[in-house]
Amino acid sequence: MQNHEKKMRVALDSDTTVVVTRFIPAPQDLAFDVWSQCRHLQKWMLGPPGWTMPHCEMDLRPGGAYRWGWRKEDGEEMFITGVFNEVDRPHRMVSTECWGGDWAESLNTMTFTPEGEGTMFKLVMEFPSKAARDAALETGMNDGMQMGFDSLDTYLSQPL
Amino acid sequence: MQADRLSATFSALADPTRRAILARLASGEATVKDLAKPFEMSLPAVSKHLKVLETAGLITRGKQAQWRPCKLEAKRLKEADDWLEGYRAHWEQSFERLDAYLHELRAAKKDDAGL
Repeated sequence: MQNHEKKMRVALDSDTTVVVTRFIPAPQDLAFDVWSQCRHLQKWMLGPPGWTMPHCEMDLRPGGAYRWGWRKEDGEEMFITGVFNEVDRPHRMVSTECWGGDWAESLNTMTFTPEGEGTMFKLVMEFPSKAARDAALETGMNDGMQMGFDSLDTYLSQPL
Repeated sequence: MQADRLSATFSALADPTRRAILARLASGEATVKDLAKPFEMSLPAVSKHLKVLETAGLITRGKQAQWRPCKLEAKRLKEADDWLEGYRAHWEQSFERLDAYLHELRAAKKDDAGL
């Protein structure tokens, strides 16, 4: 039996990109669908603890828009909006992502590649500048801190 | 957290040749000549990369002019990694929920098939 590298990786391959890779234990079609259909997304993409995802609209075709929204227990809400540039089920999806306000838009390319019993997911986020990329990392970092995870030891034991 | 220093570290890491140099140094000290070997690159070009890594504090170099072995400074790498850790956790939690959701889907499908 093949031993898959299932661990998630976050790489900063250039000053303006973030690359996230992760094995998804599902066939390619389903892996694509859980990332592109509201009935699936709203079940798992819940945001930080205490948040739910009550809003989801997706017009899944090139030029179509999407809007995802999360709500915290106290009523605070946040939204992501964007437009699909490419939709090639179950292989690839390219879309813009914007958090509103002053946040810079990123161009996100998702690819789904069959691997063993599942699918390798790769997300490349391209930002207009290093400052915009770092600001996005910083925000995600704060969320992550709240979650109180600590997988650093295992990460550091991996080769560089 | 020293933002400028971290910024220099990440800039230095945002280059495949420099990452390969660090990976090589993770297995021990090496000279510029040793480091140039695996890359089709002139010594001055490699020296330029080493200068960036040195400025970012990711490596240190020996004092002897002719023979300046480069050494990895793991502490600086760890700082950069610590900084990214929260971001990684943010994603990992989403993926773990996705795993759990896919597990539920499979279980539901099995139930349907069993009836």
